[in-house]
Amino acid sequence: MFKYSKQLFTVLAAASMFFVVACDQQGGKQSKGKSKTLKNTQSKGFVRCGVSQGLPGFSNADAAGNWTGVDVDVCRAVAAAVLGDASKVKYTPLSAKERFTALTSGEIDILSRNTTWTLSRDADIGLTFVGVNFYDGQGFMVRKDSGINSVEDFANGISACTNIGTTTELNMRDFFNSRGISYEPVAFEKADEVVAAYDSGRCDTYTTDKSGLAAQRTKMTNPDDHMVLPETISKEPLGPVVRQGDAVWEDIVRWSLNVMIEAEEYGITSSNADSMKSSDNPQIKRLVGSEGELGAAFGLDNDWSLRIIKQVGNYGESYKRNIADTGILPDRGPNQLWTKGGILYVPPAR
Amino acid sequence: MKLKKILPQLLTVLFIILIFGFFTMNAQENMDSRGIQFGFGFLSQEASFDIQFSLIDYDGSHSYARAYLVGLLNTLLVAFIGIILATLLGLVVGIARLSPNYLIRKTASFYIEFFRNIPLLLQIFFWYFAALRALPMPQDATLLLGSSFMTIKGLFTPAPIWTNFDVFFITLIVAIILVFFFVKFAKKKQEQEGKQSPVLIISLAIFMGLPLLTFLVGGVDLSFSFPELRKMSQSSYTFDGGMGIPPELIALTLALTLYTATFIAENVRAGIQGIGKGQKEAAASIGLTPSQVLKLVIMPQALRIIIPPTTNQYLNLTKNSSLAAAIAYPDLVLVFAGTAMMQTGKAIEIVGITMATYLTISIAISLLMNWYNQKIAIKEK
Repeated sequence: MFKYSKQLFTVLAAASMFFVVACDQQGGKQSKGKSKTLKNTQSKGFVRCGVSQGLPGFSNADAAGNWTGVDVDVCRAVAAAVLGDASKVKYTPLSAKERFTALTSGEIDILSRNTTWTLSRDADIGLTFVGVNFYDGQGFMVRKDSGINSVEDFANGISACTNIGTTTELNMRDFFNSRGISYEPVAFEKADEVVAAYDSGRCDTYTTDKSGLAAQRTKMTNPDDHMVLPETISKEPLGPVVRQGDAVWEDIVRWSLNVMIEAEEYGITSSNADSMKSSDNPQIKRLVGSEGELGAAFGLDNDWSLRIIKQVGNYGESYKRNIADTGILPDRGPNQLWTKGGILYVPPAR
Repeated sequence: MKLKKILPQLLTVLFIILIFGFFTMNAQENMDSRGIQFGFGFLSQEASFDIQFSLIDYDGSHSYARAYLVGLLNTLLVAFIGIILATLLGLVVGIARLSPNYLIRKTASFYIEFFRNIPLLLQIFFWYFAALRALPMPQDATLLLGSSFMTIKGLFTPAPIWTNFDVFFITLIVAIILVFFFVKFAKKKQEQEGKQSPVLIISLAIFMGLPLLTFLVGGVDLSFSFPELRKMSQSSYTFDGGMGIPPELIALTLALTLYTATFIAENVRAGIQGIGKGQKEAAASIGLTPSQVLKLVIMPQALRIIIPPTTNQYLNLTKNSSLAAAIAYPDLVLVFAGTAMMQTGKAIEIVGITMATYLTISIAISLLMNWYNQKIAIKEK
């Protein structure tokens, strides 16, 4: 017994020492300086990106496990900027419920998963929205043979399938309540189950962001049997999110997205980016890195934006490749440049 | 010497405090640096989301605390129904497994081997998406048992409408108490005088008769509202009136029951087989019928073997009910640790409350079963 106690004592003493040291190091890590996230990303060699569990056009993995989509392109742009290679991204598929916890707990560094920017999310839960990469709104999908042609045709007792943990659930209540229609909300944790339940006839309507409806319609048994109603019942600005408390990382993600949009505005594409270096327009030259020192502010080299445009392309190319050419939403609608009648307008990169 | 005895224990306590302190401080620091506030104030805020199925009055204008209660009651409901059905089914299958009839015996073992070896989540998906989905749309539904409809949107049954329900309810409770005392009295009488009273008939008479009497003298009345098909649009229909039981609840209950009953059946079989052969033979030799042997001699002894592992199955069933989230049954996990957590972002608080809730439910079931186990234990004299 005596011998045993002595051994235990030694082990415990050593363990306590370890914890004191560990606590001390933890304190040291919080010290000010360069972006901690940037440093970690560069030492790991990949960007940790949270995406959806499969939403065609936004973030979707093919059979070989390659992720594509406009949300995925934001992460690829950041990887191109900070690591020099757009393919150095580690994707973590997340449900709507898991996404914020994964970000705040440090499991991922960017959440690019068709996430709506709202006041309470921005201010309350330790998140910072860096911009909007898709302007969306909530809509309804119904069966064509239902005879419902507009939300005016909704009757009491309608059952509506949707996802939990989304703004959709709240908008739906506001919508039905303001119209005095009683409804049955059927809320699933995963999008695939929502689609399966609606497709089988459990619900009369399926409600989520219109881009999501358009994308999920392609997964139905007979996509042509379904249609999206014309009405939009909410504003859903979707965009990438980062953790609060790392201003430099926040800037990097914000400006990686902005560069893609501005590149489209100035007609810089992945194929002509190199030749644009000798352009006469100083704004174009700044975007491709042949003038000014824009990258230095983030602790990056001067070619960071050129790499984004060359490897990922501008916003228009990304939209065409992922959303238009796949037949999800061929019409860009509000997601057109401000110069062409849309509302995409970003601050100048200078 | 005394110090050497105390010191290791003191250090162990210190060590545990240090670990907890480290985790708390770490969480605190990380939350501070991200501007997350810790607190339970959100519970009184308006939830502003609706819940599909609720046992109490609820809509989005109620608080998060109320939404928590809705989720908790839904969890308890499915656990309660599941435990009762699984126990009954488990008992029958367990006894059937030992049946002298080849067909019954083999059917029971096939059922057990099949259902206990498939992951529960898969079974839940099967019942929800494959089995229940094969049901007709409301307009194509056929009548079931006179006035109920089984459709893809759920089971629609007549709903009772009571007048003076409280009178009926109180009388029912009084009747149950009376039956309880009567059974005790009859047992005592049998022990003292050796006379057997017709316990079952008299108990039933009290149990049924007293509440029925309230219809005549207490002003109690019961009528039913029947589900009626209503057209919502060209091709979609729903039912008005009556009582709607969502398919999510049916699928979840079915899956939990069929899965857990296999384990309970094995417990029952083990319990019966654990009783010495001599007991059965001795009972038969004094002229008891096979069903009397099972009821009066084997089961009372077998229960002592059956109860402890069956308690585990009750706990498993309750905890497994959290898989409800996969098929949209609004249980505690879906409503509170799902939607509420997302809308408030209070991850640590909500996960903490949810864990504490499951712990409390489990401990309550354990205590109840332990009490029952002690009650039926052999009383050494």
